[in-house]
Amino acid sequence: MKSLKKPLNKTPRKRSRGSGTYIAQSYRTHGIILRTYKLAEADRIIVVLTADHGQIRAVAKGVRRTTSKFGSTLEPFMHTRLQLVPRRGMDVIAQTETIHSYGMMLTNDYDTFGAASAMVETAEQLTRDDDGADGATQYRLLHGAIAALARRAAAPMMLLTSYLLRALTVAGWAPRFSECSRCGIEGTHNWLSEPMGGVVCDDCAPPQTTYVPDGVVLLLQALLVGEWPTVDQAQFADTRQATSFVAEYLQYHLEKNLQSLSVMDQG
Amino acid sequence: MYDGAVQSLIDELGRLPGIGPKSAQRIAFHILEASESDMIALADAITDVKTKIRLCEICFNVSEHKVCAICRDEHRDTGLMCVVEESQDVIAIERTRTYNGRYHVLGGAINPIGGIGPDQLRVRELLTRLQDESISEVILATNPNLEGEATATYLTRMLSPVGITLSRLASGLPVGGDLEYADEVTLGRAFEGRRKLGETL
Repeated sequence: MKSLKKPLNKTPRKRSRGSGTYIAQSYRTHGIILRTYKLAEADRIIVVLTADHGQIRAVAKGVRRTTSKFGSTLEPFMHTRLQLVPRRGMDVIAQTETIHSYGMMLTNDYDTFGAASAMVETAEQLTRDDDGADGATQYRLLHGAIAALARRAAAPMMLLTSYLLRALTVAGWAPRFSECSRCGIEGTHNWLSEPMGGVVCDDCAPPQTTYVPDGVVLLLQALLVGEWPTVDQAQFADTRQATSFVAEYLQYHLEKNLQSLSVMDQG
Repeated sequence: MYDGAVQSLIDELGRLPGIGPKSAQRIAFHILEASESDMIALADAITDVKTKIRLCEICFNVSEHKVCAICRDEHRDTGLMCVVEESQDVIAIERTRTYNGRYHVLGGAINPIGGIGPDQLRVRELLTRLQDESISEVILATNPNLEGEATATYLTRMLSPVGITLSRLASGLPVGGDLEYADEVTLGRAFEGRRKLGETL
């Protein structure tokens, strides 16, 4: 007689906690989308640097379909408001809303796009195992840098270099350009050393350290604190040297090559 | 664990995308119980696709011959070229039956974080083709996502000096959707690319 007990209309039983996208347990945040990975047929894993939860990895279901409600909101570089549902393993994205659509402003120019890619790649590396304290600072820094790129506030490479120096400072690898990084003697020193963490004086410079002109050191100082009038007046040769030093410095301390930088060198 | 052949079939099936251990076991037993001729046909199809199929020498689409059917077709407009990311995109465009030119398959899109740059794509081959062939218009049909847009921006920078008409696929609202659920960027694009009504094209 089991069949008599069954209700006639076959509505599915109310879902228990822990399945589906149960909105009551969800939380809201906003952040910059760093990168995406393909998952299954039409899903993606989205890596976001949020304002208040550090770096988050979340699943966006069906995002690759043309009719997806997420549309462009979960593309890299976008500043998006997110509603997330906690799940074992990874959160699921329930709803999204664009706050600033930086992504499309950045792809109009190839150099700007490359600089933005290097920024998010660095941000992803620096906030990977973060508990959230540094995350908020890193978020503000990245948001500012991406917004400046989108506004075309300065040359893309200069914005990138300045961002990298400051992001490393927040992460605890502050470079020193106005005093010797070994003995602390103040003044303009012209020896640049990645392992020492900035400029070193004549006495401290180990063999095979690069010697650079005053312009490069002054430019690096300006980039670290964000003195844009000085940066704008810099010689092209100096900007090249400063940029390549910062790239080396970053990769030395991250102990990892930055893919974006080598791809952008291709042209 | 099952005996040798059955277990190895399950293991092989389990390596396919979207197939877990349970599905692999179900498919393996279906193969075991199905008629021999059907399953030999399946095995042959897999062998054929791995031995006969290669990339077209001209457009890099998948093909059974040195030059694919689309490149061999003389009725097609040789002045039009459509640049796509993957071979699947060629099929998607062919299904629309509105395009009658040729293709160029890049093999992906520029993704600096993933280590994919112009050198990893078939950009150099594209430039060579543009020099040799009599192409008057290049249609950039990369995906309407960030990587696709960046690839289109890069190709525009490379191809504008060549002096060929460049165009990009329009983006707008999907057929069968609701306006209120459209995201800002798509809706904005749809406005930019709006058409005048009452004019014949």
